[in-house]
Amino acid sequence: MRTDDLVSMLAAGAGAVRPKQVARRHARAVIWGLLGAALLMAMLLGPRPDLATAVLLPMFWIKLAFVAGIAAASLFAALRLSRPGVRLTWVLGALAAPVLAMWLLAAIALVRADAAQRAILFFGDTWDVCPFLITMLSVPAFIAAMWAMKGLAPTRLRLAGAAAGLLAGALGALVYCLHCPEMGAPFIAFWYLLGMLIPAAAGALLGPRLLRW
Amino acid sequence: MQRIEETGRLNAGEDKLRDLLTRGLAGDEGAYRAFLQELSAHLRAFLRKRLARLPDEVEDLVQESLLAVHNQRHTYDAGQPLTAWIHAIAKYKLVDLLRRRSKRELLTDPLDDEFSLASAVDTEVADARRDLGKLLAQLPDRQRLPIIHMKLEGLSVAEAAKRTGMSEAAVKVGVHRGLKALAAIIRGGA
Repeated sequence: MRTDDLVSMLAAGAGAVRPKQVARRHARAVIWGLLGAALLMAMLLGPRPDLATAVLLPMFWIKLAFVAGIAAASLFAALRLSRPGVRLTWVLGALAAPVLAMWLLAAIALVRADAAQRAILFFGDTWDVCPFLITMLSVPAFIAAMWAMKGLAPTRLRLAGAAAGLLAGALGALVYCLHCPEMGAPFIAFWYLLGMLIPAAAGALLGPRLLRW
Repeated sequence: MQRIEETGRLNAGEDKLRDLLTRGLAGDEGAYRAFLQELSAHLRAFLRKRLARLPDEVEDLVQESLLAVHNQRHTYDAGQPLTAWIHAIAKYKLVDLLRRRSKRELLTDPLDDEFSLASAVDTEVADARRDLGKLLAQLPDRQRLPIIHMKLEGLSVAEAAKRTGMSEAAVKVGVHRGLKALAAIIRGGA
């Protein structure tokens, strides 16, 4: 086929394209991902029994803000990575900020605690299930975020997969906050982060295979 | 002074192309056709420079990049520099091609050498070796027929729907998915 013929073919009846499709697609993925995680949480785990009193504690909101900060930064990264030729600019800083802030809080908590208390602050009661439950809750968001990315045009597939996976992990963790009884900064700074990094790693592994176009 | 003039000229080219694309995305078919036409010349120059050792591949890759630009045109943001968007797509397709070739060459004898030496180099637009018509034949009817009626015969959505007995929505989806499937077939090394 001659290139001119291809041009005619592509232009014929091409029609108008709806604007803002990158943002729309990711917004849909976030909503479906959150709904899916909420459904899984309601069916399999249930909210923490003391949720009504927990919401009065600052640590509950600090935990939520930490996770929401990572969700926002990874959404920003995913938006940028789904368009060709867009630089990442301050994405790395936006991702690092909530993590560093949480680590600082964790360090302060550990320094101020007695030696005997430190292990409890770090391990809590649920360290052995927390990362896996976050990963489990992030599965719907993972599928949705990969679907969104797949329909756009990422050129750095491993990074795009990682951003989509981290976004999924953060959305899963956001819902997990409603179930999880842990309130120690060291616990959150490590085990929550690990739970979010598992889907991110899965995304980085699968990205090059799933996201090609 | 000279530098200012030069960037001025570059910007003018970018502005013109961007204007055509923006109008095309809003539904102006003539502008979109003109955009693709100018773009193919631009892509040819861009890829020829980077595929100096594989001149036979240039036109195929120009076509593949055009198809990619078309299929992914919804990811262009009007506030974004067009050149960066185009070049990122062309580079992505270039890297993909080189990766495919290096895989293929590991498996087969390099008969290619002879071909590239013997081939006539650069009559402005070399013919693409890939026949999109044959690729089209590999698509299922629900994608192939809408593409043939709408894209090759120039029928409207309504006419194509009547001709195929499909709904108008199905015709649109068929064209959209069919063009993506074409890109996938090409990528698969067809």
